[in-house]
Amino acid sequence: MDSRKGFHHALEELQHGILKMGVLVEEAIYHAVKSLAKQDLQIAEQVIANDKRINDKMIEIESACLKLLALQQPMASDLRVIGTAMKIVTDLERIGDHAVDIAKTTRRLEGQKLIKELVDTPRMADMIKTMLHDALNSYVKRDVELAMTLATKDDEVDALYKQIFSELQELMEQNGSTVKQATMLLMVCQSLERIGDHATNIGEWVIYMVSGDRTDLNI
Amino acid sequence: MTTIATQDKIRVQNLNLFYGENQALYDIDLSMQAGSITAFIGPSGCGKSTLLRTLNRMNDLIASVKITGEVLVDNQNIYAPDTDVVSLRKRVGMVFQRPNPFPMSIYDNIAYGPRIHGIKRKRDLDEIVEKSLKQAALWEEVKDRLNKSAMGLSGGQQQRLCIARLLAVDPDVLLMDEPTSALDPISTLKVEELTQELKSRYSIIIVTHNMQQAARISDTTAFFLNGVMVEHGETDKLFTNPGDQRTEDYITGRFG
Repeated sequence: MDSRKGFHHALEELQHGILKMGVLVEEAIYHAVKSLAKQDLQIAEQVIANDKRINDKMIEIESACLKLLALQQPMASDLRVIGTAMKIVTDLERIGDHAVDIAKTTRRLEGQKLIKELVDTPRMADMIKTMLHDALNSYVKRDVELAMTLATKDDEVDALYKQIFSELQELMEQNGSTVKQATMLLMVCQSLERIGDHATNIGEWVIYMVSGDRTDLNI
Repeated sequence: MTTIATQDKIRVQNLNLFYGENQALYDIDLSMQAGSITAFIGPSGCGKSTLLRTLNRMNDLIASVKITGEVLVDNQNIYAPDTDVVSLRKRVGMVFQRPNPFPMSIYDNIAYGPRIHGIKRKRDLDEIVEKSLKQAALWEEVKDRLNKSAMGLSGGQQQRLCIARLLAVDPDVLLMDEPTSALDPISTLKVEELTQELKSRYSIIIVTHNMQQAARISDTTAFFLNGVMVEHGETDKLFTNPGDQRTEDYITGRFG
């Protein structure tokens, strides 16, 4: 029997809120990378405009967490659910900011011919999307094993990042006129790499929420 | 060379307690250190107050109670036949749910114990009264009316007076049985604050229905259910990540 039904319902609402925020953030990454690859300014502007919804969602969830802390004095797993929610929304919000950075690059590159066809960057974006998806899934299902897989996936993303990094460096060495655009593309890849780290953080918080143990998946 | 084991202030070993035919405590093993606060939590009827009362043999007053096992205070089994119960209760004092000042002056309430234990000189008694009231954080509030009746104090002041009365006989261990359940929130906080000031000099064991209180003030917490000690551990660990599912269910309210 549950003698705190209302409170536990509020905790479920909190998780729904995070899921909704996660969906917004997933869309933001997808559209930001698409806007870059297709050089579609309209999509980029949409990503930039939508960031407010992500930020508002964060504030909404944070406020709900603080209210529950103050009014319900949660303990044990309930406490960890709330602490985790507050940390995860910060990671999601940062991911949203990185998506905006990518969309802004699309804006800066408007009308320019790309120095190379973007193949690996969208591939990296796909890997990132899977990571975020797995992170959110592990959260909803409280699946520690799935959360643990993020460590390996993050290693793969890091490896691809290094590869793209040296390719762009080579391009710049060969042809000085590519430097301006190549550095922008480097920053895009760095944003994607950072998103991978945030997804890994979410996985770490899921592990904490379920088990109470702190782990470092990003090593 | 012999190794010196950490000295437990109180050690309960394989304790079973029966009220007539009914067993109220099962195989309790528990150690409590000096200079720390231990909280007992659990639903009504779980045995936490019963266990508290075994620690200074208050259960002796109930004829049907039968106890097996040992309770060691400073390594002495207090259930050994040669135990001086009066002296035990001086060393291991108790504060109850409702403050129970004697119907006499504030001064006499505090001086009562020392007088019984043979202290007669006024100067000595004055000193004990002042020191005890200061330790109980009550001195400033009552120093101008020591000869007025203790019954005129507020509930919170009366409870701190009862604590001062205990301290006057110089105990080692303070047992507190829901000491703030009859107090308003501010008086509750004052008593809680007092426990923090006292804990370096006394071992404090507190039974409380208020889990937040246990979380706020204790160093270790023991959770009881149906006469069994389910878990005893560091308070911060127990309330953030308990080791036993039954503890988890109880402290998160998922308990039927």
